[in-house]
Amino acid sequence: MAKITLSQLRHSYLPNPASPDDYALKQIDHTWQDGGAYALLGPSGCGKSTLLNIISGLLEPSEGQILFDDQDVTHLPPDKRNIAQVFQFPVIYDTMSVYDNLAFPLRNRGRAEDVVRQRVTEIAEMLDVTAMLETRASHLSPDNKQKISMGRGLVRNDVNVVMFDEPLTVIDPHLKWKLRSKLKELHHRVKATMIYVTHDQTEALTFADQVVVMDLGVIVQIGTPVELFERPAHTFVGHFIGSPGMNVLPAELDNGGARFAGVPIPLEGPITGSGQRIEIGIRPEFVSLGSGGVTGRVRKVSDLGRHNVVEAMVGDTRISAIVDGPVPEQGAEVGLTFRQDQTRLYADGWLATEARP
Amino acid sequence: MKTQNNRAWLFVLPVLLLVAFNALIPIMTVVNYSVQETFGNNQFFWQGLDWFQQLLRSDRFHAALGRQFLFTGMILAIEVPLGIIIALSMPKKGIWVPVCLVLMALPMLIPWNVVGAMWNIFTLPDIGLLGYFMNHTLGISYDMTQNPIAAWMTVITMDVWHWTSLVVLLCYAGLVSIPDAYYQAARIDGASAWKVFRYIQLPKMKTVLTIAVLLRFMDSFNIYTEPFVLTGGGPGNSTTLLSIDLVKIALGQFDLGPAAAMSLIYFAITLLVSWLFYTLMTRDDNR
Repeated sequence: MAKITLSQLRHSYLPNPASPDDYALKQIDHTWQDGGAYALLGPSGCGKSTLLNIISGLLEPSEGQILFDDQDVTHLPPDKRNIAQVFQFPVIYDTMSVYDNLAFPLRNRGRAEDVVRQRVTEIAEMLDVTAMLETRASHLSPDNKQKISMGRGLVRNDVNVVMFDEPLTVIDPHLKWKLRSKLKELHHRVKATMIYVTHDQTEALTFADQVVVMDLGVIVQIGTPVELFERPAHTFVGHFIGSPGMNVLPAELDNGGARFAGVPIPLEGPITGSGQRIEIGIRPEFVSLGSGGVTGRVRKVSDLGRHNVVEAMVGDTRISAIVDGPVPEQGAEVGLTFRQDQTRLYADGWLATEARP
Repeated sequence: MKTQNNRAWLFVLPVLLLVAFNALIPIMTVVNYSVQETFGNNQFFWQGLDWFQQLLRSDRFHAALGRQFLFTGMILAIEVPLGIIIALSMPKKGIWVPVCLVLMALPMLIPWNVVGAMWNIFTLPDIGLLGYFMNHTLGISYDMTQNPIAAWMTVITMDVWHWTSLVVLLCYAGLVSIPDAYYQAARIDGASAWKVFRYIQLPKMKTVLTIAVLLRFMDSFNIYTEPFVLTGGGPGNSTTLLSIDLVKIALGQFDLGPAAAMSLIYFAITLLVSWLFYTLMTRDDNR
């Protein structure tokens, strides 16, 4: 158990990185609190797996430091760091029984056989695999194999952190949900720090207390699922989280207010920043149709069962709105209004308004 | 309802004919010879199972069979571990991969009688590179035409040189198919290099290794050309393996009956050992 500090971490896969674009990780400063459930969320290629491999020691960072509590582990190999990692594809030792698979990390560290037995039994019970302890691991289904991989990560009770690298990719959808709840439950029982890497927002939001959103090698925002949804710190977070994502509308500043398509748009609060590119961000959940506001033409209506998503065009800009009641015809002209306390301004992609208290 | 379609036989027919002409009919002629005696002129006399009984009691056959098992056992004991070691130490990526692969494949591309001739010249005591070096530079007496031990060492070394590559290439194919995550997980689990080999690499190589051992067993058990060109079975009978002995009986002495009986027993042994080995190796998988 430990607090993990990443300090001025940079990593490049090239031998002589020159420009910032050569870095897979640009600059990471972050502290993972002991016992937290974190998700590392981002699109493919954003550097999240690189970051994970640096924490586990499979990769050495080009620059910067990693501290477990106050000990510098930057140059320690994985087996000296006392961490556990679960991979995208289940890794099991085919020729061993499930019991031996779970016992493997303990036996490698020379634990006494009665300690091994006690831990394995305990973990097997947590994972509901007690009945298969004696079967050969190669005969298991993919979800059970992945459970065993997780079990090998959890079997040591002194691990500093358990990391999951998109562990549900190969699992059937209906089992994904079960395993995800299992993980959440496990976190409550073992109280280890857990970092869960994924590009799936549902997985991240259900698993984690804190979600770390990454893009292009930088951490864009850290927050609870609610914070990420309600106040995206960057337009990327707005896009990436939510379905459909946040509407980002090109805007211009005008006397301390903002205009979109010539219409003044009331914002949540005073503007705190400025930049080259000014945009208004509003989630589809908070756009309502009626008369007044900005005028747009309905381009498409998608029925998602629980609600409808209406796509309207204002000039060249597309605005999505989630509508519960009756929907307008395709091609109809509608007025779009934005709920004021949810309308924010972004300057160069970053949040530039403050909420009124 | 299943519908019967007899036209399917038509499609099987070519294969049936092919197998009949290249396997069944030749084997049946051998069976035919094995139970008869002939003195030429196309005259045959019924002999029953006499040839088989005679052969199974013959010291000459026992000796050749013993030499054959010794040879096959020795080359397997050397080529399999050596092949695994070489495959493990070959690079997994980079420009050296194709270089290594081509170097490995080269010995296998050389025609068998050329291999025999090469090693024959290579080991000649007075002009061969190895022979001259051993006898005149190191001063170790080495002449495989005189000394049975030297002959055996040469035959074994030649086979190892010629065929270890096959084991290497098959094992290498098995090794490169192991995803990186396995090695990473093993590092995190604190596994030693030996445990990585024992629990990851060896199990993943098992299928290809089974095939490799099977191929090497069959090929070495039936080996003829290379030792025939190299030693001709000598000195004396010391390197007369089963197939060399068989050819001596069939074409040297023209004893067609005993030779046919020997062929069938030879074939049965190869088949039995291959079947036993394969069944034992794959039994685990179905459990």
